[in-house]
Formats: sequence, structure tokens, C-alpha cells
Amino acid sequence: MARYLVGAVGEIPPGQRKIAEVGGRSIGVFNLGGEFFALLNRCPHQAGPLCEGHCIGLVLSERPGEYRFLREGEILRCPWHGWEFDIRTGQSWFDPARTRVRRYDIFVEPPSATPSGELPGLVRGPYVAETYPVTVDENRVMVEIPGAVRATARSGMDSGPSQR
Amino acid sequence: MTAEAADDAPGATSPIDCDVHIALPSTKTLFPYLAGHWQQYIQTSAFKGVGDTSYPRGVPTSARPDSYPPGGGPPGSSLELVRQQTLEAWGARLAVLNCDYGVQAIHNPDLAAGIAGAVNDWIIAEWLEREPRFRASLVVPRQVESAVREIERVGSHAGFVQVFLPVLSEQPYGQRGFWPLYEAALRHDLAISIQPGASAGHPPLPTGWPSYYIEEYAGIAQVFQTQVVSLVAEGVFDRFPELRVLLVEAGFTWLPSLMWRFDKDWKSLRREIPWVRRPPSEYIREHLRFTILPWDAPPQPGWLLEILEQLGSEELLLFATDYPHRHFDKPEQALPAALPAALRPKILHENARAFYRL
Amino acid sequence: MVMTETSSEVRGRTKTAIIDADIHNELPSAKTLLKYLPLQWRRRHELFGGRGGRRGSLYPRSVTGNARTDSWPPSGLPPGADLDFMRQQLLDRFNIEYGILNPFVGGSGQRNVEYGAALCRAANDWLVAEWLEPEPRLRAAIVVPFEDGDLAAQEIDRVGDDPGFVQVLVMTRTAEPLGKRKYWKLYEAAERHGLPIAMHFGGSSNGPITAAGWVSYYIEDHVAAAQATQAQVISMVCEGVFEQFPALRVVLTEGGFAWLPPLMWRLDRAWEKLHDEVPFLRRPPSAYIREHMRITTQPMEEPPTARQFLQLLDQFGSDDMLLFATDYPHWDFDSPEDAFPAKLPERLERKIMAENARTTYRF
Repeated sequence: MARYLVGAVGEIPPGQRKIAEVGGRSIGVFNLGGEFFALLNRCPHQAGPLCEGHCIGLVLSERPGEYRFLREGEILRCPWHGWEFDIRTGQSWFDPARTRVRRYDIFVEPPSATPSGELPGLVRGPYVAETYPVTVDENRVMVEIPGAVRATARSGMDSGPSQR
Repeated sequence: MTAEAADDAPGATSPIDCDVHIALPSTKTLFPYLAGHWQQYIQTSAFKGVGDTSYPRGVPTSARPDSYPPGGGPPGSSLELVRQQTLEAWGARLAVLNCDYGVQAIHNPDLAAGIAGAVNDWIIAEWLEREPRFRASLVVPRQVESAVREIERVGSHAGFVQVFLPVLSEQPYGQRGFWPLYEAALRHDLAISIQPGASAGHPPLPTGWPSYYIEEYAGIAQVFQTQVVSLVAEGVFDRFPELRVLLVEAGFTWLPSLMWRFDKDWKSLRREIPWVRRPPSEYIREHLRFTILPWDAPPQPGWLLEILEQLGSEELLLFATDYPHRHFDKPEQALPAALPAALRPKILHENARAFYRL
Repeated sequence: MVMTETSSEVRGRTKTAIIDADIHNELPSAKTLLKYLPLQWRRRHELFGGRGGRRGSLYPRSVTGNARTDSWPPSGLPPGADLDFMRQQLLDRFNIEYGILNPFVGGSGQRNVEYGAALCRAANDWLVAEWLEPEPRLRAAIVVPFEDGDLAAQEIDRVGDDPGFVQVLVMTRTAEPLGKRKYWKLYEAAERHGLPIAMHFGGSSNGPITAAGWVSYYIEDHVAAAQATQAQVISMVCEGVFEQFPALRVVLTEGGFAWLPPLMWRLDRAWEKLHDEVPFLRRPPSAYIREHMRITTQPMEEPPTARQFLQLLDQFGSDDMLLFATDYPHWDFDSPEDAFPAKLPERLERKIMAENARTTYRF
């Protein structure tokens, strides 16, 4: 496992995002109300730059003519064909079980905590994708990617096997 | 009645003919079923019946040459001849009669209601009560409130199995203005049947009036596609999960390409129709059925098998002769030879039994 | 969908040549054409603007500008209006050998056809000056007021010999079905110059957008593109356009393509029964379609399995008909690298990605 710096916590205020090249991948890190989420910046449809899309709310309906609007800003809409992905889980809205974007778990730890492990109470999703524990060290957001060996602390360049 | 139990019943594996066209000998035939002032109106005005150009009289697609009754009258107007050339020719257990008299083209709402009622009463008296193996579509005026009243009036007759809606409507059938009609149909356990018939008045192609009949004949498939998309997009099958819709004479080889396109667009544009919570193709497979004629057969039989596979369901197709329209010359040509054996009973009767809940 | 292992930084990975048969460049602003318009029309343009098709956006597109949300250039121009950004995001990024511009700049559908013709002249001059001359990879459709055959033919005659123009643009929704005689002068001029007709989704007919009336939702309008294109294929074939103009070719653009094989079968079966009505058709409809019509791949239909996609391609009965297109910068863009739901045999892939277009446009 190698950890890659994405940026300082202050760089990504709530409602904002940062797209960074880490470990040979383009990854988008989103701040939803103080919680961080990371998604691979590549739509599973036609490989569009997913994380550049608009963050919108979810429109649901139980009956024609009725609308429910919730989770504003938590749905990522691919800039190309508009597929909707739940930023928290990486799952597509229309087919959560089988169509999803690679997700990287991020969670914030106080600077003094040992890096690694998960926050208690975090519920794993039903999907197969691996989680990538991230630590914040001195107010930094980091993404951890298994199977990669990092060359330097800040370059984010991958010198190990790339993830399939 | 389960399919297995039904197989033991007499005639259970006989074909069910889901599209037979009957015709009024003349407008006067309706007089016994019409109020006096309408009879006078018809006799003294230029109204000679609706008539439409869906089926130009002389063309083989409109009528096979031997379907003209020897005693006179248009093809489909003699019960004896229809019975002989459909039920008996096929050993059919049931035939569903469609009378495309074009009532939906009538603008005068009271005349429309009167004529629709008269046609339905005529169908009951002179077809359904005289031959127990016939079932029929009931016709309705284009005005939805009036259509609901007519469904309430005759919809409980055991011989009516569906409501006839002509495909060239004024507005797409998914729209909410039609929903009281679907409610009424469901109250009487009736399916909906969308067919060529009267026109509400729009050009039959989305791009204007074509010069030739062949264009309308081929192009009617696009109007059916519009209706399929509307029914799903408007959430009709969400609102009415019990609704069954049969597309008659629409063709079906275009259906896979439509499902692919519609499913793909739904993934992108779902937010606009958020009540459609599953891919459109799922609603289509659950709620829509198609009569098999015209086959629109490809030049290679293998391609037809591919289309059948691409439909993604063996339950979609229902046998129909489309009598008296001429699609084939011999009964053995009615189903392609390449059709897989397992599919034949489904098409010939099982799918219709399930659809009509026989 | 087959996922590749490329990162987002890869450029021009594909080794296959690519000719993009449908790109939409845009006017930077409503004033752009003014410098190409004669004075008499400039004033009219400023006062009254366009009166084409219908008012307002009846079916609001799901995104602003109908464009990929990442296609807004940093320069602040609208999507498709910035040539440098188009080079970067499309031509260079995917190593496009030739790209064909089909601009929607408002001249062709004007109800005032003289004004429409003036706008089209200005648009074609703008295309040459600001797109074709600076960028040798680009070609373009001639924009014409297609509802008026004389004016359309005049414009085709004016610019049709410029090698930068490779086709004549008409819309799928027209005042009358495109097979009708009122369009024949346009076909005659196009045929004379050896230019195909590109029939592109868009425009407005005189009536509702479907034969069953006005639909409610944009998704219905979008799906209906296929239906409108089908109706035009029926019309052009059955009216005998290809008997009248034996050298004419038509490129069906942005309507998808999976519906074309079943339509060919349906038309052939109908013709077998009804050919007495159209005795001037000496061959089955599918023969005319295969010989005279080509069709762009976008928006590509996506069957649930790769196998069904390959079946679909086989059902065309011809490898010559499909032309790859991206439709950049629209939201339903097809990526040259990832659009296909199946791995194609190499020869077929080369034909679809470039060689069929090379033959059609005589590059």
C-alpha cells in the first residue's frame, strides 16, 4: 500500500472537489459536508472525465407528476452522457449493483493517529470495489492505493504495477 | 387457470387468432342500434360512414381476393365467411375481432358516442352472441370522457377483451389525459389494443404527408414506436401495473433497436422522467405484446432468429392472420419455417392465453 | 463496455485512422455572421433576428448548450466555437484525420427564405474563413435554405466546387417529406457537384414532432430522432429520388443506426405487395438504401451483449454503410476509443472508423 498526497484539507472546502494525478490515476476527491470521498476520474461508460461533471441533487419519484429532491450536491453527473453516480458509494443510480465507478475510501484522522484502519461504524458497501484507507497527517488529505509503490512523497507518480 | 391445467382443456393447444377484421356491410347496418335523429342525420347529410385510407380497397394487403362474400358486402362483413376462413381454416379456438370503423375520426362528440355505441352493440348482437369462439375489441370515441362512458356501458360483456385505440392519435397515448380511459379498462379487466385505423388528423409521418400509400403502410411502424415510448416515459405502467397493451399490425423487428436506444437514453435522461425507475425495456417486455403480422422478414432466416433472441422474451408475440389482409397465400406460410419449435406453441396460443387470461 | 487501461493523459492512442463524420462547430456569438452579411441583411438581422422553426425551447435539453459539460472552452466561448479548444479536445486528442463540420447556424430553417439564404451565404463564408482555411483537417457541409430549391441550388452552385465543402446539409424534420419533388432541385445541384446530402437530426416540421402529436419529454424527442429519420428514408426511397438522381448519396446523420436493417426488411416486404403503386422503382428498396445511403454511428445503440452488437452489424448485409461520428461537442458524444460495445474485426473497424467515409467523401 502506498499513500499519495491529494492536498491540504483546506484546499477542498465542503461542496468543492479536487482532481489530482495520484498513483498513475486521475482521482477526484469530493468534500460532502466535511466528509471526503474519492472516485476514479473515468466513467465506466466511455471513459469520460467523470469527476469533472456537475454535482447535483437526486430527483426521485414514486408516481408520475410527483418529485422528491434530495441529497443536493451528492450526485455526480458524468459530463458526457449524464450518468448519475452516488459520490459516497461510487454506484451508478440506474444500476447500482453492476455499474459503478472505482471508489477510494477516504476518511480523516487526527494528525496524531496511526495511519491505517477504518473509522469505527463505517459501513462497507455491497460492491466489490476495494477501499483505500486514507490518512490526514498535519491537515493533509491522502489517498492510499494498494499494490502500488510510491517513488516520492509529493510527486504522486506511480512506479509500481498499475491497478486494473 | 394455469398453463398446464389449460393444456388439458379441449382445444387448448389450438391457435388463437388475435387479429381478424370485420366490417359493416354499410352504414345502414347500424340503424337498429342508433337513435332516430342519428338515422335521419345519416340519411339526409353527406355522412356515409367514416371511411379512412388505412386500407385502400383494391390492394391485396387490404383484402385477399376470396374474402368477398358471395352475397355481396365488403370483406369481413359475413359472419359465415369469416368463421369459415378463420376459425375453421385454422382450427382456431378463438378469434379476436377488430372493427376499424374509424369512429375516432369523428369530431362531433355526440355523433361519435352514438356511432361508437352502435358499432359495439352491432358487434355484440351479430358476432359475439352468434359465435361463442369470437371475442372482440370495443370501439370508443376520441373524447376521453365519452370513451369512459362507453367502456362502462359495454365493457362487462364477456366477449369484449380489449379497447381499440387507433395508432394515429391526436396526442401520444401515454399522456395523462388518457388515464381515465385506462382506469375504466382496468375496472372491466380489458386490455388495450393499439392498431391502424382512423386518424386523428396529423400527417401519418412525423415529417409531413407522404405521396404514396406504401409510405404510410411502411411508416406506420414509426407511429407505433412513438406510442411505445410515450406509454413508458409517461409512467403509464408504473401507475397501472396491471395494464396490458397489444400492438396489432405494428411489426416487431424494429423493437430491439428501439429498446436499445430507449434504454441508453434513459440512463442519461432519467431525471426528466424519474418515475421510470427501471430500464424501459423491462416495462416493454412486461406490458406490451405484438401480433406477428406483418413479419417484415429479413432475407436471411438466421437474422430473424437473431431478432427473436434480441427481443429478450419468448412471450411477446401473438399469432394473428390479420384476415382478410393478405400476407400469405397458404396457411403453412403463416409462420416462418425457421421458427424454433419451442416457440411455435407460445406464438400460436400460449402467449395469447396468458395475455387474455383465458 | 470494454474498459481500457489508459489513464486520462493518453493521446492519440488509437492506431486506426479516424474520420469523424459529424462535428458541430458553433458561432461565437449572435453577431459573428454580421461581418459576412451584406448591409441590407445586417440591419434586418439585428432588428428581427431569426424566425425559424418554432419559438422557445420546447423540449429543454438536459444540459446547457446541449453539450458535454467539459466542452466549455476556457476562453469563455460556447462549446464548439473555439477552434483551438476543438483541436485540443477532439482533433489532437483522438488523432482525427478528417473531421466534418455540420453547423447549426440558423440559416437553413428560416421561414423568410431570402433572409435564410443570406444567412447561409454568410455562414458558408464564415466556415471557409474561420474553420476550413486555418485547419486542414476540417471539412464542412454547405448550409442551404433547403425549403427553397432554387435558393438552395444557387448556394450549392456558388460554393460547391470549393474542396473544403464535402456535403450539403438538410435537417431530418422538414416541411414535407424529403422525397417530395419540392426538394429535387436541391438534389439535382448536389448531384451535379458530386456532393452527398447529409440529413441531420434537427429542424422542425410543419406539424407536431410525431405522427401521434406532441410528446411531453425531451427523452421522447431524442428517441424520436430515429423515427423521423426512418420516415425520411421511406420517403426518399419510395418517391424514387434515387431513380431520378442515380449518382446521389445521402448520409443519415445523428439518428443512430440499429433501426436501419429492420426498416430495409419492412420496406422490401411492403414493396413486394405494393409495387404497383410505385412502378418507377425498378429495384427493391433495400437495394437503393445499400447503394445510395450511408449512416453515421452516433448515438451508438448499445445492445446488452457484444454478440448482439455484432449480429446487428451483420444484419446490414453490407460493410460499406457505417460512418463513425463523435457528434462533438454534444452530450451524447461517442468516444472514438470507447463507443463500441464489442471488439470489431480489424477490417470492419477500419472501414467504419475511416475507410467508408474516405470512399463516400472521396478523400
